[in-house]
Amino acid sequence: MTTVSELHRRGGSPTDHGGGGGDNGGRIEIHGLTKRYLTPKGETFTAIRDVSLTVEPGQFCAIVGPTGCGKSTTLAQVSGLEHPSAGSVTVGGRTVEGITNGVSYMFQADALFPWKTVLNNVLIGPVLLGTPKREATELAMDWLRRVGLAGFEDRYPHQLSGGMRKRVAMAAALINNPRILLMDEPFGALDVQTKAIMQNELLQLWEGLRPSVLFITHDLDEAVALADKVVIMTSSPGSIKNVFDIDLPRPRGDVQQIRHEERFLELQGQIWSSLKDEVTRAYKQTAGVPA
Amino acid sequence: MTSITHKAPLVHEEEAQLKADAHRAMTLRKTWIWVGRALLAVVVIGGWQWFTAVGLVDKFFFGQPTEVWNSLVRLFTEGTAFGTIWENLWITVQEALGGFVVGTLAGVILGILLGSNRYLSDVVGPYIRIVNSIPRIVLGSIFIVAFGLGMGPKVLLAAVLVFFVVFFNAFQGVREVDQNLISNVRVLGASPLQVAMHVTIPSAMTWIIASLHTAFGFAIIGALVAEVLGAQHGVGLIITQAQGTFDPNTVFACMVIIAVVTLGAEYLISLLEHSLLKWRPPSRSEAQAI
Repeated sequence: MTTVSELHRRGGSPTDHGGGGGDNGGRIEIHGLTKRYLTPKGETFTAIRDVSLTVEPGQFCAIVGPTGCGKSTTLAQVSGLEHPSAGSVTVGGRTVEGITNGVSYMFQADALFPWKTVLNNVLIGPVLLGTPKREATELAMDWLRRVGLAGFEDRYPHQLSGGMRKRVAMAAALINNPRILLMDEPFGALDVQTKAIMQNELLQLWEGLRPSVLFITHDLDEAVALADKVVIMTSSPGSIKNVFDIDLPRPRGDVQQIRHEERFLELQGQIWSSLKDEVTRAYKQTAGVPA
Repeated sequence: MTSITHKAPLVHEEEAQLKADAHRAMTLRKTWIWVGRALLAVVVIGGWQWFTAVGLVDKFFFGQPTEVWNSLVRLFTEGTAFGTIWENLWITVQEALGGFVVGTLAGVILGILLGSNRYLSDVVGPYIRIVNSIPRIVLGSIFIVAFGLGMGPKVLLAAVLVFFVVFFNAFQGVREVDQNLISNVRVLGASPLQVAMHVTIPSAMTWIIASLHTAFGFAIIGALVAEVLGAQHGVGLIITQAQGTFDPNTVFACMVIIAVVTLGAEYLISLLEHSLLKWRPPSRSEAQAI
């Protein structure tokens, strides 16, 4: 496994907002965050209300909640793609206004450029930061090797399997050595086996770089297996219901194995009892059944 | 285990046999397609020839394939009253190409601009729909009155016809861009220009290139119609002249010539499409095969 210091020695990664770990750059503080949207009919819709949450540098935080509870909205405020209606987000001690530096995004639909080769897809991060093409290429090749895709650099995304595309997306998200990694149900569309493999690979890569992670998922097992902290959100309008600290030891090892440990099952049971009410309520809302 | 190795050569043989059968079926299918095509041509053109020959259809009004061929030969050997066919064809092609380039550029630029700016598209949108709904061919009359009988008004009319086809496709192409991709590069620090270069334009390219096939046909129509309305040279002028002398055969001959030019251009556009869109998964739609 390549370490952060090795990566820096290679000189390929921007050091001004380098990865999490020691410094405070990756600390995310969300205070009283509220986001309202204007619907096309001219009404206001409150997606999230009064959300407060702190993610320590290098912490892996999973957000779990029923469909449409504003999990993605929360991420959008942290990245700076959208602006809060009330409250604030600070990253590394600075209030987010405009795009936050040193953030990478990973979506459920792999946001790869279908018209770029695998290499050029990974390359885009450093290129947008102004890294010279040759240096960026070297770095991208190195990352492709790390995610096990050496030899595939000239393929186009449509020629790859779902798992391979995810690995490309992961390399593209991590190549800039972000201090914050925002993941919006990144493995939601994968089959169970591929999902388990990708979770292991993500944990390995994350342990090498230690960015702060905000990880949205519907899958409670996934949240417990990967995260240090699991946040439960209420159904719409979303707010934070409960926060659970996951004290399973790191490195976690195989996520398939950890699922059978006693402590895992205990935590999972606790979190599920908290989540269950919200899921039922959200289902009744969307299904039109009186609550 | 031993039984499997024993059977292996047999399986291999069967596979070769299957392959050969599949290949033969494919060849047979292709042959029949070509036979069908040839038959269709013979029936249509032969039928036309026969009906006019026995007098069921008056060849004075509807022409006759053999006479069309003679007209074609005459056009190329004797030329026309306005110079050789090559001169006239070249002028028409120049007008069409000019209109194609101008219309495409304007359509792409405006389409991308309006597609990526919601406010602008809300303001300009209704006007574009209004202009699009007027019969644009009639604009040719105005252009000729305003700009005379030269090449200018022809290029302009061709450009106007091309513009709307390309514009709507470019606009739609920009609107269909995957928002995740845009968010992704914006988070990575892309400027608006970089977003356009890396995401919007390449993504809209599929739509734009698809529109170019239709657009070239419109460019030729624009140039020809403008020539018919008033010109000193060009294939359109030959057509009006032939119409004036009750010579349907020459009109058909001109149609054949223009069809050949359009097919050639179509082929070039397909080549461009292949090189620009080589990243696409093969066989997106059956319609493209036609």
